[in-house]
Amino acid sequence: MPHPLATSSSEEMGPGLTPSPDLLLPRSIADKDLSLPNGTPVDTSSPASSSSLLNRLQLDDDLDGETRDLFVTVDDPKKHVCTMETYITYRVTTKTTRAEFDLPEYSVRRRYQDFDWLRNKLEESQPTHLIPPLPEKFVVKGVVDRFSEEFVETRRKALDKFLKRITDHPVLSFNEHFNVFLTAKDLNAYKKQGMALLSKVGESVKYVTGGYKLRSRPLEFAAIGEYLDTFSLKLGTIDRIAQRIIKEQLEYLVELREYGPVYSTWGGLEVELSEPLEGVSACIGNCCTALEELSEDMTEDFLPVLREYILYSESMKNVLKKRDQVQAEYEAKLEAVALKKEDRPKVPTDVEKCQDRVECFNADLKADMERWQNNKRQDFRQLLMGMADKNIQYYEKCLTAWESIIPLLQDKPETK
Amino acid sequence: MEDCLAKKMEITVSEAEKRTGRNAMNMQETYTAYLIETRAVEPQSEGQCAPVDSLWRRYSEFELLRNYLSVTYPHIVVPPLPEKRADFVWHKLSADNMDPDFVERRRIGLENFLLRVASHPVLCQDKIFYSFLTQEGGWKEMVNETGFQLKADSRLKALNATFRVKNPDKRFTELKHYSDELQSVISHLLRVRARVADRLYGVYKVHGNYGRVFSEWSAIEKEMGDGLQSAGHHMDVYAASIDDILEEEEHYADQLKEYLFYAEALRAVCRKHELMQYDLEMAAQDLTSKKQQCEELATGTVRTFSLKGMTSKLFGQETPEQREAKIKVLEEQIQEGEEQLKSKNLEGRDFVKSAWADIERFKEQKNHDLKEALINYAVMQISMCKKGIQVWTNAKECFSKM
Repeated sequence: MPHPLATSSSEEMGPGLTPSPDLLLPRSIADKDLSLPNGTPVDTSSPASSSSLLNRLQLDDDLDGETRDLFVTVDDPKKHVCTMETYITYRVTTKTTRAEFDLPEYSVRRRYQDFDWLRNKLEESQPTHLIPPLPEKFVVKGVVDRFSEEFVETRRKALDKFLKRITDHPVLSFNEHFNVFLTAKDLNAYKKQGMALLSKVGESVKYVTGGYKLRSRPLEFAAIGEYLDTFSLKLGTIDRIAQRIIKEQLEYLVELREYGPVYSTWGGLEVELSEPLEGVSACIGNCCTALEELSEDMTEDFLPVLREYILYSESMKNVLKKRDQVQAEYEAKLEAVALKKEDRPKVPTDVEKCQDRVECFNADLKADMERWQNNKRQDFRQLLMGMADKNIQYYEKCLTAWESIIPLLQDKPETK
Repeated sequence: MEDCLAKKMEITVSEAEKRTGRNAMNMQETYTAYLIETRAVEPQSEGQCAPVDSLWRRYSEFELLRNYLSVTYPHIVVPPLPEKRADFVWHKLSADNMDPDFVERRRIGLENFLLRVASHPVLCQDKIFYSFLTQEGGWKEMVNETGFQLKADSRLKALNATFRVKNPDKRFTELKHYSDELQSVISHLLRVRARVADRLYGVYKVHGNYGRVFSEWSAIEKEMGDGLQSAGHHMDVYAASIDDILEEEEHYADQLKEYLFYAEALRAVCRKHELMQYDLEMAAQDLTSKKQQCEELATGTVRTFSLKGMTSKLFGQETPEQREAKIKVLEEQIQEGEEQLKSKNLEGRDFVKSAWADIERFKEQKNHDLKEALINYAVMQISMCKKGIQVWTNAKECFSKM
């Protein structure tokens, strides 16, 4: 099977032709009869088509630079109390110069359900791409209050990250569902429309294969699969360690909270030592506050990101499996043709379509993996530096507290 | 004032050694012996140091010495010994008396005890103490020959006095109350501190797990690998650092423990006062009743009910001669009693005066020592914070290179 990249760029493109990101595709690629793995035809008239390899590569380079033309933010959580239920909505603000948007600015309110809907839609319509994860739908620990400030803020950050990741993706950011999500006043109406359409077609939304079994995964994808396995394993371990640390810190805090006041009690018994002992008591109190802040930060900022990446890995592994199935289907059909032993000079269009699907999938996946690896590196760099920072701040606060009482302890009382 | 012994003589408890021997019941036992080294402070000749004398003593001999001092100088707040058994331990520390760390800390505690005694203006002059430091053989017999055990007050007697004394010196009552509270608050503090140490140990040690997982993770990464690996190393350093930190803190705990036990010594002085005061009150009461009896016999009036009076009423009065004899005996007793009362009073006042002087000395020492201990504790915490900042800054740098 010819290398996907080689086919598209060298055959179809002239040596001097390098399309700019905003132009439509070169006609040759646009003419190809492409369809998504689930059978729906691909719209190749816009840069959003999934096989616009060259286009995509160009876009990649430019996005890292100054030509950002889409900015999305999630903020301003608000609680809504209705007769049937209570829920939170978030404001989603969009600023853009893209032609795909009618206005340069949008501000809509969305709830978690809407984000979940968007994600599902993206998975359906862009099955060859890695879709970023959402924060967990249900709170695992029943004790967590889903209306508490901390929980809402943690969720808001995750939802913001989710949309920003889509915004940064050269293909996903042009997805029409994403556009509607960002712009529609009444998202529910659009959702119902989509549901109606589906029921008309009478097909399940989920991508269904013919149950083909892949003989062996190509090396590079096997490597990705292995990497993801080990990666999510290690993240799981780190998650457990971090949780354990937080637990130990909170138990340490409990003891410290009893420890500090004893110095104060002792101070009450003494005359000359009264101030020094009170000073030590207050100092320990300050350390308690600092420790509480550290644990809170770790719980709210560190753990959720770890879990996000674990979810990310899981969804990525699913995409890998889908890719396997597409390849399996192609190989099976190819074999079937070979067995028929007909002397056909040309491979049937059916098999050709499968081949293209495989090529597209592989290309998309590889590009996304590269992007993902890069983002992952930056995200973890930031996350771990943040963790180190929080610990440094904790120790600095304690240091300040203890240093400030040294003069108090050394102070000579006035001689009578 | 004569210079105390500590200024003339260098005293150290330099070594501890495990020994086996036979005890009083001829059963084999293991114990630890401590080497006491002494040396005169002034050099004998130019540049030359005095020779070092040394002898071995075990904990029970230290106990004997302290008991002797407590009984012989009841008005002095006698320095306490380090604890007999490891108490207030947090989980990593052993409660075993044979544990090398415990033995080491005890060695330091015993040296501290000797230095305290040697720098006390009164105690340092004691001959038994001097012999303890310098005479290896026959010291035990020497102590027992002083017969100090006979002078010791029984616990029961002391307890009785505490409850029944009517007019103790208010300062001693307050002081006893203070020493009770001090003991309670320091015990509480030591208990919680041990738990705090335990938890802190846990926090640090769990970080060590990061070291291993970062290392494993770095194996599957290309660009991130180095940064992760080296950061993991710093996590290991962090986890290991807690051992030294907590060991140092044990010294702080020992300083607190010394004053916990000092509280007991303070209470002992107060009890002695109560006992003396009670004794005095009993003697005075006894004298008063005897005087009364005398008066009654002389005047023939019975003011107080007495069985004797009743029986004599029932069975007839005694003869004038018998009465005279009784009065004479009583008068003798009264005279004796008055002298005794006088001396007891004097004793009591002397005791109060000298005890209070030592108590004032002790208060100053306590304030000074505990302030130092708190400063050292703060310094330890500062050092721990600085180490923490260092390690995490190093780790941060490694992460930044990812």
